Amino acid sequence: MLSSAQTFAVILTATVCTFFLRALPFALFAGREIPVPIQYLGKTLPPAVMALLVVYCFKSTTVSSLAGFLPQFLCVAVVAMLHLWKGNTLLSIFGGTICYMFLVQVVFSAS
Amino acid sequence: MKTEQKIAFQKTLPVMAGYLSIGIAFGLLMQNMGYHVFWALLISLVLYAGSMQFVLLQFLSGGVSLLTVAVMTLLVNSRHMFYGLSFIDTFRQMKKKSLYMIHSLTDETYSLLCSYEPKEGIDNQKVRFYISLYDHIYWLIGTALGSLAGTWIPFDTTGIDFAMTALFTVIFIDQWKSAKSHIPAITGLVTGIGCLLAFGPDRFLPPTLLLSVAVLLACKNIVQKKDQEE
Repeated sequence: MLSSAQTFAVILTATVCTFFLRALPFALFAGREIPVPIQYLGKTLPPAVMALLVVYCFKSTTVSSLAGFLPQFLCVAVVAMLHLWKGNTLLSIFGGTICYMFLVQVVFSAS
Repeated sequence: MKTEQKIAFQKTLPVMAGYLSIGIAFGLLMQNMGYHVFWALLISLVLYAGSMQFVLLQFLSGGVSLLTVAVMTLLVNSRHMFYGLSFIDTFRQMKKKSLYMIHSLTDETYSLLCSYEPKEGIDNQKVRFYISLYDHIYWLIGTALGSLAGTWIPFDTTGIDFAMTALFTVIFIDQWKSAKSHIPAITGLVTGIGCLLAFGPDRFLPPTLLLSVAVLLACKNIVQKKDQEE
């Protein structure tokens, strides 16, 4: 575990960088027209980024054993089906997570 | 409760559900790593970026350099650069509050603010401010609950971090449903999987984002044509 000073330095660095990104368009385009390609990217990047974030969650997935990939794929399918069926964010997130916790703790338990 | 607060509260209910559960997951993970509730709340207050906070957990356990933290933060959160573009004028009118509005512009707050339609006879800027503030408060309450409950809850919390995957999946589906052109979503999915296989889990985010931007710019005419249909 890092020392308090190190932990604080890590948090501060991430905080400053995040605020920098959030403030950038305000600093760059305050008082002038936003270029068309930038407007377009601002509109189309969110769905692309969200897909990337889903992929990011699978980065540690391995296919060498069933436990390495089956719970994750199954539960993403559960989340997707719950969400398409009921459209309730809370239900989809909690339902999928409970399924996942059950699978990794009971069904595919490492111990 | 004033009218503005009531409207903001109703608007933020779905985010309340999501932020409480993900906030609890974050608090629990911090607790499991041995961090006091103070640290969890500090991160949720000043960093306030859902997915990045989970990535930060890996930094805290792994002992990486501050440069790595900075580069990873800029890459993981690079999408936030584009969120402000829709609110340059709106936020500027909010004067002192504008700094907080910029700080609190998460994925979820961004989408709520985008979908908010100004109403007659009320202070719409106040509604926007309360939407941002309430979302942040839910996140902090979730973090505190997870962090404090982690010391009493006797059951095994292994796998609770799947809530993050579930959140992204849900937002992905919502965006898919509301989008006219699916090229952006498919671009992210294909370049993401492709770059993960080509560059490996630790290096695939930057090439994916660059490639996505390139593909999106190349497909600009097709996507915009589709958007203007109906």
